[in-house]
Amino acid sequence: MSAGDRFAAAGTAAPPRPLDPRALRADVPLLAPDRPGGRIVYLDSAASAQRPRVVVEAMDEYYSTTHANVHRGIYAIAEEATRRYEQARAAVGRLIGAPRPEREIVFTKNATEAINLVAYAWGRHELRRGDVVVLSEIEHHANFVPWLMLREEIGVELRYLRLGADYHLDLSDLDRLVDGARLVAVTCASNVLGTVVDLSPIVTSARRAGALVLADGAQLVPHRPLDVRALGVDFLAFTGHKMLGPTGIGMLWAREELLDAMPPFLGGGEMIRDVRLDGFTPTDIPWRFEAGTPPIAEAVGLEAAVRYLEGIGLERVREHEVALTAYAIERLEAVHGDRVKIFGPAPDPLRRSGVISFAVEGVHPHDVAQVLDTRNVCVRAGHHCAKPLMRRLGVSATTRASLYLYNDEEDVEALVDALGEVRRLFR
Amino acid sequence: MSGLEDLYREIILDHYRSPRNRGELPTPPAHRVEGYNPLCGDEVVLYLQVDDGMITDVRVGGQGCSISQSSASMMSAAVKGRSIAQARSLVRSFKSMMSIHEQRLDGGDAGAGSDGTTLEVEEAPEPVDPEAMGELAALQGVVKFPVRIKCATLSWNTLSQGLDELETGA
Repeated sequence: MSAGDRFAAAGTAAPPRPLDPRALRADVPLLAPDRPGGRIVYLDSAASAQRPRVVVEAMDEYYSTTHANVHRGIYAIAEEATRRYEQARAAVGRLIGAPRPEREIVFTKNATEAINLVAYAWGRHELRRGDVVVLSEIEHHANFVPWLMLREEIGVELRYLRLGADYHLDLSDLDRLVDGARLVAVTCASNVLGTVVDLSPIVTSARRAGALVLADGAQLVPHRPLDVRALGVDFLAFTGHKMLGPTGIGMLWAREELLDAMPPFLGGGEMIRDVRLDGFTPTDIPWRFEAGTPPIAEAVGLEAAVRYLEGIGLERVREHEVALTAYAIERLEAVHGDRVKIFGPAPDPLRRSGVISFAVEGVHPHDVAQVLDTRNVCVRAGHHCAKPLMRRLGVSATTRASLYLYNDEEDVEALVDALGEVRRLFR
Repeated sequence: MSGLEDLYREIILDHYRSPRNRGELPTPPAHRVEGYNPLCGDEVVLYLQVDDGMITDVRVGGQGCSISQSSASMMSAAVKGRSIAQARSLVRSFKSMMSIHEQRLDGGDAGAGSDGTTLEVEEAPEPVDPEAMGELAALQGVVKFPVRIKCATLSWNTLSQGLDELETGA
């Protein structure tokens, strides 16, 4: 069923074969080479990936053959819809090494909602005035604003891990910052800098301080193998549409005992055991946190995306992106180094992702992106929902190219060429 | 089909590289007004010196893309030395220049035979004589890039707001 199955034969024993991005692009309708108007050079997967045909087909097939609401019907297609929805939960759990996905994975709308779920259900319940939450200054707004809201509401104290000169988090003051904290909420990988955060010392320090750890995995789960048990975190938020799945579905993984102790997030159908005129009893996890009809077709599409990624192998995806990122940085510096400044760490197999933010001297990022668009090169220009980081970098915006499994050196060359056009225009 | 030369006309790039009337004026006597586009972060700060209904001096601060900053620079040159009434008329002309082209773009030839896809515009556009617009006419090309129209109109909306504040004594 999955086009990714043809990769599955490779198994995991042999050294991973390099990816063939051109073949992978053939799986993705939007990236077709014969697209009217020209092939799209898609360098914005950090914002949203382009999904392979199998994902869209799985959703179509589900709607055409199976759809019914989940968890209530006593008829065959409703039971099948429930089975497929829960099967998607199991697939997501498998991807991140969740010990008990059927209890620990909550489907949300996106990663933002997953973090908000923790802030509301855990934070509002557990945190008191003066309690400390540690964030980093490179977070996406999704991991700032829910905590800033709790600061306004409850009076929690926020502390920040700072960015070092090498574009990695400065952990020299880690123990003092984390001391007395209730929660450390930090990204796995920056959506601006491409910095992959070394969570291990943060988790160790948090454990010592008795703090929980929430990791924002939106920018890392799609790109490399990750195991929540090895990571040692307590909460992991991530999203479907950045990992080849559909929009409208995100995930929170949390340790079972934490979820079990948390009161509900949104109220409504699906999340209750009983409702009386004078009260309600919430149902079991994970459904306690899934009020209303969930994104069923999206879960089906997401499972197809997970299977596709598993068929390819996330270790191969990582190796491909590491090599391509090194190539892209080298080419940008070789050809445009006199006018292009990259905001991010040096290439590194473990500590850097394929997100490359840069400035072209004397040209605003929106103008860069506009010129690149005329060459069908899609990059993002703006603050990337990371305004505190923009202030730290001393810029109002950056241009960002981000790489994924279907990108190759040809795409990088298209970017390098198009930047030449930017420079010619804005001499 | 790049159309880039329509957007980045040489005169626009010239105003971007060498913005006119850049700087600040002491407040008071000058009036300071800020315009901001939260979506893209473009920012325009205007200092308006108005004496007896005449805009005797203008200074422009802020930062942003070539379109927002060159439009602000061209606007400052166009309204300096004009009366408030003339400046307001110029704001109307500039904004309808943007709207007219917005319509034509979508509906093909404006008027008869429109297929109904014509964009709604806030106000009925007034006829604009491109001659009278002077170098501002260079910004016409922006309307082919709908997401950039707000960049071009930012400084003009900010000027409008500043003139409103001056006239109501805010």
